[in-house]
Amino acid sequence: MKAQGTAGEGGVRRHVLSVTVRDRPGVLSRISGLFARRGYNIESLSVAQSETPGLSRTSFVISGEQGTIEQLQKQLQKLIDVLKVTDHSEGPSVDRELMLIKVAVRTPEDRVEIRQIAQDFRARIIDVDRNALVFEVTGDEGKSNAFIDQMREFGILELIRTGRVALTRSASLRPTDVTSTTSRAA
Amino acid sequence: MNGAAAVLKALERQGVTIVFGHPGGAIMPVYDALYDSPIKHVLVRHEQAGAHAADAYYRASGRVGVCFATSGPGATNLVTGLATAHMDSSAMVAITGNVPSALIGTDAFQEADVTGITLPVTKHNYLVQHVDDIPRVIAEAFHIARTGRPGPVLVDIPKDIQMMEFTGTFDVEIDLPGYRPTVVGHARQIKRAAEAIAAAQRPVLMVGGGGQVAADEVMAFAEATGIPVITTLMGIGAYPAGAGQALGMPGMHGTVTANRAITHCDLIVGAGLRFDDRVTGKISRFAPNATIVHIDVDPAEISKLVKAHVPVVGDLRDVLPRLTELLGRLELDDWWQQLRTWRDMYPERFKTDKPLVSQEVIQMLERATAGDCVVTTEVGQHQMFAARLFPTSRPRTWISSGGLGTMGFGLPAAIGASFARPGETVVCVAGDGSIQMNIQELATIYKHQLPIVIAICNNGMLGMVRQWQEMFHAERYSEVYLADSNPDFAKLAEAYGIEGHNVFDRETAARIIPEAIAKKKPVLINFVVYESEKVFPMIPAGAGIDEMVIGDQEPDEGDGVAEKVGV
Ligand SMILES: Cc1ncc(C[n+]2csc(CCOP(=O)(O)OP(=O)(O)O)c2C)c(N)n1
Ligand SMILES: [Mg+2]
Repeated sequence: MKAQGTAGEGGVRRHVLSVTVRDRPGVLSRISGLFARRGYNIESLSVAQSETPGLSRTSFVISGEQGTIEQLQKQLQKLIDVLKVTDHSEGPSVDRELMLIKVAVRTPEDRVEIRQIAQDFRARIIDVDRNALVFEVTGDEGKSNAFIDQMREFGILELIRTGRVALTRSASLRPTDVTSTTSRAA
Repeated sequence: MNGAAAVLKALERQGVTIVFGHPGGAIMPVYDALYDSPIKHVLVRHEQAGAHAADAYYRASGRVGVCFATSGPGATNLVTGLATAHMDSSAMVAITGNVPSALIGTDAFQEADVTGITLPVTKHNYLVQHVDDIPRVIAEAFHIARTGRPGPVLVDIPKDIQMMEFTGTFDVEIDLPGYRPTVVGHARQIKRAAEAIAAAQRPVLMVGGGGQVAADEVMAFAEATGIPVITTLMGIGAYPAGAGQALGMPGMHGTVTANRAITHCDLIVGAGLRFDDRVTGKISRFAPNATIVHIDVDPAEISKLVKAHVPVVGDLRDVLPRLTELLGRLELDDWWQQLRTWRDMYPERFKTDKPLVSQEVIQMLERATAGDCVVTTEVGQHQMFAARLFPTSRPRTWISSGGLGTMGFGLPAAIGASFARPGETVVCVAGDGSIQMNIQELATIYKHQLPIVIAICNNGMLGMVRQWQEMFHAERYSEVYLADSNPDFAKLAEAYGIEGHNVFDRETAARIIPEAIAKKKPVLINFVVYESEKVFPMIPAGAGIDEMVIGDQEPDEGDGVAEKVGV
C-alpha cells in the first residue's frame, strides 16, 4: 500500500470500516475509485441496504497504519453521498463473515466425516447432493479459514465469502435521521 | 417551459450573468433557450478554454464560474479544465449535454461516460435523471461548488430531459445530508493555537490559496502580531507582496528568505494551504524545528503530508479573527533581525549582460502597471519569474495554475478574469510553448475587445523542461526546441485582428510595455528573450528545502555557476 497520511503511529493493523451512503447512481464507484486513486488496497468489501430506506451500508476491511486509516476516513467523509464513516476497531463492535462452501463427497465415509466436522464448526448444511454438500459458515475469518483447511482433503468445489461486516455494539446511536440536516437552498 | 429553459432559469436564480461555452448536438436545447435568456454567453473556441475561463472568473471575482459543453468530445475537452480547478479549489459549475437517456450505455454517437470520466477531478457530479430535478440539482451544484473547500461540480443532462416539459418548482430545498463543511473553528483548538503562537520565538505565517477569501483577516492577524508572512504560489495577493512583513514565496523556486525562515522557524501557522510537495520539498527536512498549526476548511488536508500539532478545521474568515483576538504583538526582534539580514543579502536579482531576459521583461511589466492589474500566467519558467517579480498585492488578482500546472491555462484565464473585473487591465504572462496550447482564444479576445496584454516570454524553448535537462539530464536537450518552428507571433496576433509586436531589445521593450498597458485593448507582445535563462533559487526535486541551489542570486558577484548552498 502506498504511504498516505502521516505515518509512524503504531504500525500496520487491520481495520473494519463501515460507511453509510445514499443510494445514488455511481456511489459505489465513487468509493472504489477513491481507494484506487489514493493507493489504498481493500481486502474485502460488501454493500447492502441499511435499516433506513434510501441508505446503504458498506463494510470493508483494510490494513494500514493509524494515520493512513484516519486519512482514508477523512477522504471518504468528503464524498458528498457519504453520511457516516465508522472505524470498528476504535470501539466495541461485532463483526461476522458469511461463507458458502461446496465440498465434494466421494464416499459414504467422507460424508459422515464431513458432517461431523461441520457440526463442530456449527456450519449449517444448506444443500445436499449425491456428490456434494453446501455449507453456510458464519463467524470471523479465522473460523472460515479453519473450516476451509479441514475441507481441503475432501475437495472444495467452490466457495464464496462476503468479507467482514460490522456494527458497533453500543445502542446509544440515534436512528439515522436524514431530514433534520436538510438545509435551504442558498 | 422545457428542461433546457429550466436550466437557464435555475442559473439565473443562482445569480449567473455569464457563461463560457461551446455548443454541439447534445446541448442544443440549452443553446436554443439561451437565445431568449438574459444570461450572456461567451463563445470560446475550445471547451478547455471555456473551463479555464469559468475557473478564472471565480478566482478573480469570488462568483461561481459556469461553462457549457456538448456531449462526448465537448465534455472530454473540459477534463483538463476541471482537473485544474479541482487542484486549485476553484468554484465552477460545468453543464454538459449528453445523448438521450434511452441511448445512454449504447455507445451512441458522441456518447461518453462523462460522470465516470470526471469523477476524480470534480468535487461532485450529477447525471440528471428527471426534468423536475433540474432546479434542485443546479442549486446543490452551486452550493457544493462555493461552500467549504471550493471546487468544480459537473451537471450532465441528457438531451431528452432538456426537451421535456418542466412541471416542477424553482423553490427547492437542497438535500445534502452528507455534506456539512465545518466553517466555525473549535474554540479549544483556537485557544491551543494562540498559546502555541504566543510561546514561539521564531514563528511564520504561511498563507495559501485559501487566503484569497480572507485577505482582510490575514492582514489584521499579521498587523496585530507582527509575524513574518510567506505566501505560496496560490496565496499571492492574499497578503501584499510589497508589505513590510512579506518574505515572498516558499518552495522549489521560492525566495531564499522564505525557505530559510521555514528551516529555522519554531512554529508555522499554515493558513488555507495543503503543504504541496512543491512547497515542502522532502518532507523530513521541512521545518524540522517547527510546531505546525494548520488551519484549513478541509479536514482531510490536515496531517495529510505534514503532521499538524495543532489542527484547526474551519474557514479562515472565522478562525483568523478569533485567533487575532487572543494574541497581542509578538516579541520577534531577534527573529526579524535575522530575516532582514537574509532579505538584504538575497534580493531579487538577475543578470542583464545577455540579450533581453524574461526576468527584466516581467519586471518592466510590474513597474508599468504598478501592480494595478490582474496577472494570469501560463506554466513554466516565466510563471516562476512572474511569481517572484510580478506578484500582485490585492486578493484575487494573481491567477495561475498551481496544483495541476496546466500549460494553456493563462490565456483563457485572462478572458475569465477580464469578464470578472471589467475595466481592469489583465496581463497574461506567457511562454512561447504554453501560449500555443490555447492560442485559438485570441479570437475570443478580439471579439470582445478585452483589455488584455499578452506578454510572451519567447525563449524559443520549453524552457522549464530545458532547465531540468541542463541540470539533471546531463544537458541532453530532448524535444524542447521551439524556435525553428514557432510562428511569427505578431503576425499571428494580427491575423486575429489583434495588435501584435515582436520585441528583440531592452529599449523597445521599455517603450512598448507602458504604451500597451495604456491602450486598454488587446495587445500581444512577443519578447524574444535569451534561451538559456534559468530559474533560481531552485530546490531540486526530492531534495530538502534547506538544499537550495542559489545560482544567479549568489550575493557575491560569482560566475553565475549554480552552487549548492546549505543553510
Ligand atoms: C499541458 C502541459 N503539458 C506539459 C507540461 C510540462 N511542462 C511544464 S513547463 C513546460 C515548458 C513550458 O514552456 P513555455 O511555455 O515556453 O515556458 P518557459 O518555461 O519556456 O518559460 C512544460 C512542457 C505542462 N506543465 N502542461
Ligand atoms: Mg518558452
